[in-house]
Amino acid sequence: MEAAWQEGLFFVFATVITVSAIGVVTARNVIHAALFLVATLIGAACIYILMFAEFVAWAQVLVYVGAIVVLMLFGLMLTRAPIGKYGEYDNDQKGLAAIVAAAVFGVTAWVLIDSFEGVELPTDRVAATTSKDVGEAIFSSYVLPFELVSVLLLAALVGAVVIARRDERVTSRTIDAARREKAREEDV
Amino acid sequence: MPLSYVLVLAALLFSIGVYGVLARQHAVLVLLSIELMLNAVNINLIAFSAWLQDTGVPGQVFALFIIAVAAAEVGVGLALVILIYRNRRNVDVEGLSLMKW
Amino acid sequence: MIDWIKQLPGNVIDFIGPEIIIATAKVVLVFGVLLVTTLLVIWFERRVIADMQARVGPNRWGPFGLFQTLADGIKLFFKEDFRPAAADRWTFVIAPVMAMVPAFLAFAVVPLGDHVVIAGHRVDLVMSDLNIGILYFLAVGSLGVYGVVLAGWASGSKYPLIGSIRSTAQMISYEIALGLSLVPIALVAGSLSTVDIVAAQAGTYDNIVLFGRDLNFLEGIIPHWFIVQQWPAFLIFLVAGIAETNRAPFDLPEAETELVAGYHTEYSGIRFAMFFLGEYVHVVAISAMAATLFFGGWHGWNPAFPAAIDWLRWIVPIFWFTIKTVAFVYLFVWLRATLPRLRYDRLMWVGWKRLIPGALVWIVVTAVLNSDPEEVPTSARLWVMAVVFAILLAWVWRGDPRLTALEPWRKKEVTRGTA
Repeated sequence: MEAAWQEGLFFVFATVITVSAIGVVTARNVIHAALFLVATLIGAACIYILMFAEFVAWAQVLVYVGAIVVLMLFGLMLTRAPIGKYGEYDNDQKGLAAIVAAAVFGVTAWVLIDSFEGVELPTDRVAATTSKDVGEAIFSSYVLPFELVSVLLLAALVGAVVIARRDERVTSRTIDAARREKAREEDV
Repeated sequence: MPLSYVLVLAALLFSIGVYGVLARQHAVLVLLSIELMLNAVNINLIAFSAWLQDTGVPGQVFALFIIAVAAAEVGVGLALVILIYRNRRNVDVEGLSLMKW
Repeated sequence: MIDWIKQLPGNVIDFIGPEIIIATAKVVLVFGVLLVTTLLVIWFERRVIADMQARVGPNRWGPFGLFQTLADGIKLFFKEDFRPAAADRWTFVIAPVMAMVPAFLAFAVVPLGDHVVIAGHRVDLVMSDLNIGILYFLAVGSLGVYGVVLAGWASGSKYPLIGSIRSTAQMISYEIALGLSLVPIALVAGSLSTVDIVAAQAGTYDNIVLFGRDLNFLEGIIPHWFIVQQWPAFLIFLVAGIAETNRAPFDLPEAETELVAGYHTEYSGIRFAMFFLGEYVHVVAISAMAATLFFGGWHGWNPAFPAAIDWLRWIVPIFWFTIKTVAFVYLFVWLRATLPRLRYDRLMWVGWKRLIPGALVWIVVTAVLNSDPEEVPTSARLWVMAVVFAILLAWVWRGDPRLTALEPWRKKEVTRGTA
């Protein structure tokens, strides 16, 4: 790929990412915020493709866009996202938050520009970075972290089920309800 | 293209995420902002991976791990949000001060 | 003059650059063909179902009623574009587009044929040979859920919302099974690229030995398609694929007997047409993918051509591919005409407790069967197979909750609890 193309496309995607990320944190409707996040994630996937990481890019679309954000939407709908209503979802420390965020950006950007000045990204794939190489790396050098991640996912799966299921025996509310029922029976 | 362009973009995304976490009060919106921050990290990893291509693909591998961790985080996070909603009928993080002393 | 005309294509190609022309031509061609195919598939479905129900079906407009869909499309196009007052404006507009576009995108990695040589340039009959073809297909397929979710939420009305919440859970669940059913294919073919997978299915099985007996007479007859070895993966793929397209018997998102029309209740005119189009393109995409991954793609019997028309040879693979795809589309229609809709809890039960564990077990079996006998000793293989067999037994023995839930003592235990 030519350098000019790479740079031009990068700026297009960077604009998309920035605008939609600002949309995520300022949207006055929760579903719209989630949709802005989708745009951000797809923009990021495009940047990965520019950086020769197709496998990660499509994994991001599959897992992030296709599952995680859909789950978010699902959660929003289950918690009754107001249809067409625009509520106030910000708290009263907006100004302070903006100052902190600006400070974080200033410091990191300054440090990064200072330490990586003059480093050019390659415009072409110079080494093997295809899905095959990623797979070989995962199952040889990084097999232990891989196993750890799988254990983590299993734990999260079990945890999510335990937390969210409406188990009659576990929650304190049902215990209270049972006590109330028992008291009512005794009254009668 | 200079590497610092990509890194600055990632820093910008991260700071927007920080703003979101601090300024939002709907629990799911806080989760969305955390996703923004995780993605900033991913962009960084991929950029370094593209720069250091001859040393293999550790950047890409760890980006994949981060995606997996994000999936776990959202799973548990949403379960908590739904439970909170069930008990309190709203999901404002401001209101969750029950355990404060 | 004639020479100049003969050289014209070559000159034009050299002027713009062959890659860009070829890529653009492929995209435009596939898009156009898909649109026409959709019209034909809708007509095909109506005629076939009518035939199965001893009716006639659309037969007025054009030969055999072929233009009926076109007429319907024109009607929908000129209808008022109605938007309910309670709808969320932008999301309502975006949703049909989100339902339609991913279905078209999936075709980018489907190999439609071998290759043609045009003016000295080799043109592969696939829009893009990505080295992550299957992953791309799954990723794009997973985007289709947005159309349904957003349509349901944005309509600002009860039935669409219920339909969309149902379909979110359904599509996410079946996506997992769909993805897992394709892992053994990648294992056997040694690649994620659809072109490589089709190439791995060339030729026929020779040297077939069954229980120590050499079946010579079958030699060269059975094609080396993955369906032969991977039929369990195919069954899972097919069921999950039908569920992904939200079609009968998995059409709960639009169950008309309970939800009016499900997620697109509030849609009309051209936006409704987009949902319709998206659904049928999705059906064709899943059919094409089934043909590509399990039935040898464009491979088939290749007749000898006389030298005069030998340059037409590229039509044969496209012909076989089309035949296979149409066969699957017919299967989709057939299922719709035959099977009643599943109950929602049954649907989730099939997805989570049968398809996903089944796919996982099959991945292990495939990995064991295809491992290198030099590296993995036979005893280790036997152990793995024994464990898999034990899991299978436990899984089948666990039984059907539809039956066990009816047993009175269990029912008591479930509903009462011990607070």
